[in-house]
Amino acid sequence: MRVGVVIFPGSNCEYDAASAMSELGATTEFVWHTATDLSHLDGVILPGGFAHGDYLRPGALARFSPVMGALADFAQSGGAVLGICNGFQVLTEAGLLPGALVKNRGLTFLSMPTTLVVTSTRSVLTRAATVGQELVIPINHFSGAYTCDDETYASLVANDQIVLRYRDNPNGSRDDIAGISNVAGNVVGLMPHPERAMSTLLGSADGRVLLEGFASALADSAALVR
Amino acid sequence: MNYPIIVDVTLREGIADPEGATIERALPALGFTGVAHVRTGKTFRFGVEADSETDALGIAHSLAERLLSNPVIERAVARLEA
Repeated sequence: MRVGVVIFPGSNCEYDAASAMSELGATTEFVWHTATDLSHLDGVILPGGFAHGDYLRPGALARFSPVMGALADFAQSGGAVLGICNGFQVLTEAGLLPGALVKNRGLTFLSMPTTLVVTSTRSVLTRAATVGQELVIPINHFSGAYTCDDETYASLVANDQIVLRYRDNPNGSRDDIAGISNVAGNVVGLMPHPERAMSTLLGSADGRVLLEGFASALADSAALVR
Repeated sequence: MNYPIIVDVTLREGIADPEGATIERALPALGFTGVAHVRTGKTFRFGVEADSETDALGIAHSLAERLLSNPVIERAVARLEA
């Protein structure tokens, strides 16, 4: 199974993401943001960082990178797509996930471990976890407060799209939301960094169950996109 | 003709504005009382080559909606620079 990790100018978590997926048995490759063909991949990760310097708004310019057209097609076919931190911001700006990420309540850059609660296992990220399971995974962001209008929120709840919540809301996210999926569950975005929680030696190995889920989703994804 | 344009981008009503709230809290300490509802935003200035004011504003409005603002959280208003 082959995972592409997209590199925008300013991405900085691509090696961590690729290393985590390799450790879980996937073949990984880096995809430059000008790529227009993702058809050889079984899954795509948009990593954390500051794509295009986060100028204007996080994700605002990355949304127009050439790779995003191919990514929209890939997602539309049912391909597994994961946006971590800045990658989540890019997915919302591109309209592949609803809502938006705004500045943290308190206006501080937050870099700390958080406790997440799994709230849905329908998604490609949470399918190996159990509902109610608590996971300690770090966050590292300034604009991580999830927001959306009431209508969008109602549809997120109705379609079981809220996949992860913070146990103790660190940033002012609506309804403690840490991660959401699209309606089909094949596109997921989250602000915390599961790729930084792969080993107890480094603080936590709780990210494994999420990325193992994503790795196991690649076979299903391959059947849809190939 | 080249039309000078200003686009103001502000957060929609109901979207939390922690910067505005922080500024508002600082004002009484500086002696500014009676100032409320502080909201922050961004201003963009540029020139648009077009045949008429209406066309120039149309182009400015379109690019403000597509790039300068995120309509999920922000509102963009384009106007001619006075």
